[in-house]
Amino acid sequence: MNSAVEQQIRILGHKDFKSDYKPVWCAGCGDFGVLNALTKAMAALELSPENVAMIAGIGCSSRIPAYTTVYGFHGVHGRALPLAAGLAVSRPDLTVIATGGDGDGFSIGGNHFLHACRRNVNMTYLVMDNSVYGMTKGQASPTTECDWTGSKLSPQGTHQPPLQPLELALAARAPFIARAFSNSPNELARIMTEAIAFEGFAFVQILSPCITFRPEQLGWKKRVHDGFEPTDDRAAAFAALAEDEGFTTGILYRAPRPRFAPDRREPVDIGAIEKRFEVRS
Amino acid sequence: MSENPDNQSTSELSLALVGSGGAGVMTAGQTLLDAAAASDYYGLMTRATGPQIRGGEAAAILRLSARPVECQDDRLDLLVAIDWNKAERFADELIVDDNSLVVADPGQGEVPAWITDSGARLVEVPFDALTREFRGARTNTIAVGLVAQLIGLEGRDVDATVRRILESKGAKLIEAALAGLELGRTAAADLAGPKRLERRPEPVEPRWLITGNEAAGLGAVRGGVRFCAAYPITPSTEIQEWLAAHLPELGGSLVQAEDELASINMCLGASFGGTPAITATSGPGFSLMVEALGLATQAEIPVVVVDVMRGGPSTGIPTRSEQSDLDIAVHGAHGDAPRLVLAPNSIGDCVTTTQWAVHLAEALQSPAVVLSDQRLGQARAAIAPPPSRDWHAQRKLAGNDTADYRRFTDAEDGVSPMALPGMPGGEYTATGLSHMESARPSASGMDHRRQLDKRRRKFAQFDFGKHWADIDGDGDLWVLTWGSTTLPAREAVARMRDRGHAIGLISIRLLSPLDTEALTEALRSCRRLLVVEQSHGGQFHRYLRSHIELPADTHLLARPGPLNITPGDIVSGLEELTLEDAA
Repeated sequence: MNSAVEQQIRILGHKDFKSDYKPVWCAGCGDFGVLNALTKAMAALELSPENVAMIAGIGCSSRIPAYTTVYGFHGVHGRALPLAAGLAVSRPDLTVIATGGDGDGFSIGGNHFLHACRRNVNMTYLVMDNSVYGMTKGQASPTTECDWTGSKLSPQGTHQPPLQPLELALAARAPFIARAFSNSPNELARIMTEAIAFEGFAFVQILSPCITFRPEQLGWKKRVHDGFEPTDDRAAAFAALAEDEGFTTGILYRAPRPRFAPDRREPVDIGAIEKRFEVRS
Repeated sequence: MSENPDNQSTSELSLALVGSGGAGVMTAGQTLLDAAAASDYYGLMTRATGPQIRGGEAAAILRLSARPVECQDDRLDLLVAIDWNKAERFADELIVDDNSLVVADPGQGEVPAWITDSGARLVEVPFDALTREFRGARTNTIAVGLVAQLIGLEGRDVDATVRRILESKGAKLIEAALAGLELGRTAAADLAGPKRLERRPEPVEPRWLITGNEAAGLGAVRGGVRFCAAYPITPSTEIQEWLAAHLPELGGSLVQAEDELASINMCLGASFGGTPAITATSGPGFSLMVEALGLATQAEIPVVVVDVMRGGPSTGIPTRSEQSDLDIAVHGAHGDAPRLVLAPNSIGDCVTTTQWAVHLAEALQSPAVVLSDQRLGQARAAIAPPPSRDWHAQRKLAGNDTADYRRFTDAEDGVSPMALPGMPGGEYTATGLSHMESARPSASGMDHRRQLDKRRRKFAQFDFGKHWADIDGDGDLWVLTWGSTTLPAREAVARMRDRGHAIGLISIRLLSPLDTEALTEALRSCRRLLVVEQSHGGQFHRYLRSHIELPADTHLLARPGPLNITPGDIVSGLEELTLEDAA
């Protein structure tokens, strides 16, 4: 699989999906790996830049749309998913990819995450998770460990267990759930390719280290390991998560179900609708 | 039809039905309105309810007339109480006098003091006991039969209306309802009614039966809206429900969102993709949308929000009207973010103004707020169809020529051609960040200033035409108002003219940007001015003063909800003005 993807990538040229903007990211940021893998995935899927829209909120990783050559929308904090849903429902011809970080997606935008999983609009959601708010200079996010004391805002730790995005997605009935690592570019590109090609809401948690505010995350390399085997059995997926310490990668769950489709009725013109207001005697 | 020769005949009549929420007074009121419309009358039904779904107080207030009416009268000819549950809350609203008839069920509580003290003639009809005469008969249909008989509505129009309303409910229910009507008619046979409606007016075809909220929905699709994201909130939900039923017939889509943060952002997503989009809400929901409206301004994404206003702040009075969201609609934004704010001033105008809002939002790539309110939105009226307007969503698009495309190019008229996903060569990232013409984020003062200038220029250079206000009359005495208070203002002005006063009325439809030149010109002959608004803080008055010099002799009639401002209130305000003048 990996070599097949690489083969296509060479032919199609992922660089066509990269803009000439210099990212705001710090040197060594995991998000560079995500950008690379994403452009490779888009090339592998033979997408045309004009038919792709990347939708993001606010945060370091939410800057990613402008670093590509596709259509992008860099909206307000936490609302990437509703923006993306409105676009995907009204323009089913487009490939819609929502992106962002753990703060944007699981804290301020947490409610939208649950409902996007349930709603199952045909789109992809890539969360670059570094367990920290980078853009505001290092505060705890929902996925931060409870004993992390590196933030001036929670100097004694958060006193809260970190949120488990995959468990949430599974509970909220997302039909495609995966985890990948920004330092494993081939697996990341493969999982992204499958997520984008999936018919329905596909969620990928991408472990993407913040070397500035969480330099200890450089050690993730040693902890990350593949291991999820795709299943369509929720119980099996929950069981796999019970064994998981947050560093297992792969596609956890893949169970296609009817995707969100707006109501449809027999077409009529507005004149016929207006006639219904007429007084009948 | 039995004849009650004692009754005065009239071309117009006001009545109200009160009862507990769930007793069916709204259905009864609608049946009477629709039956009167079928008999060629015009009419209006206003809803007054407490916040409870069941068990609270509820009143359907109707005015039926041979001429178009869009405002309730100051008093009632007839009040029918199915029960008196919490009806004392209506003491200030349902005004009866010694010319009124009050019909009440003696078994359903004591007649409140405001009724017994009024001098109104009181008769007893045991609605509840009468239901035992026919299995399945309900008090509200008995009340409809009684009222129809008392005021002289044609029996066949009432029967046909009941059949139509219950069409889908099955033969048994229809049979019980028709029996209920008959029980009501029989109960009315011995009663001397209030005034009776004259013979049928000349039929005017066609007329519509429509609520303000339905009208806003229709205006949206007339303007080209094909996407709605909805989160239910009183009193705006009917707009979204109407669109849910009708957008699918027009190839459009509706999504029920998880909250208002989502609904407004879904609309922005759809509009970014080129689909004209709308959402409807009320004050609390609008408050949640404010951040995204700023994004719509900065990223120049057209979107329309209908705010069906209710009493505020916070949860306030969800079921009653107020015009107190003007401040947030105009100024509710961080940064310098001028936006379009429009207000319909009649039920029919809910169609026209919403359609115009879609047209303007699309033409100017700007958010537009339509300020309706509960008084307009939840009222149902028989009206002449609103005029057809040539206002459609016409966005300036980049087209095929995307060589060196710049999304926010510094266009002379401020409106930069918009590329839509799917257009090759137009790829850009819309952003809430200050940006260059290319859409590239920029913190430079020059870029910031240039885009602020460009966005302001869009409004300054656009020709909004004559629709910014409805102006009627001349002279030195004027009423200046907006939105739903235009309804009682029109009637008050007509009454004053009947008394020989020369008086003018201005109702501002385009609140932002305010056409200060045209408003100043319209007020040129004005020496005495009455500003009328349904808000405690005088938001409209303050807004006007921030833009133009009002005449020195300007009075303010500003009152919060839930009591709607009546024609009589405005006449009193004008009398004070004219008396002062005489003194």
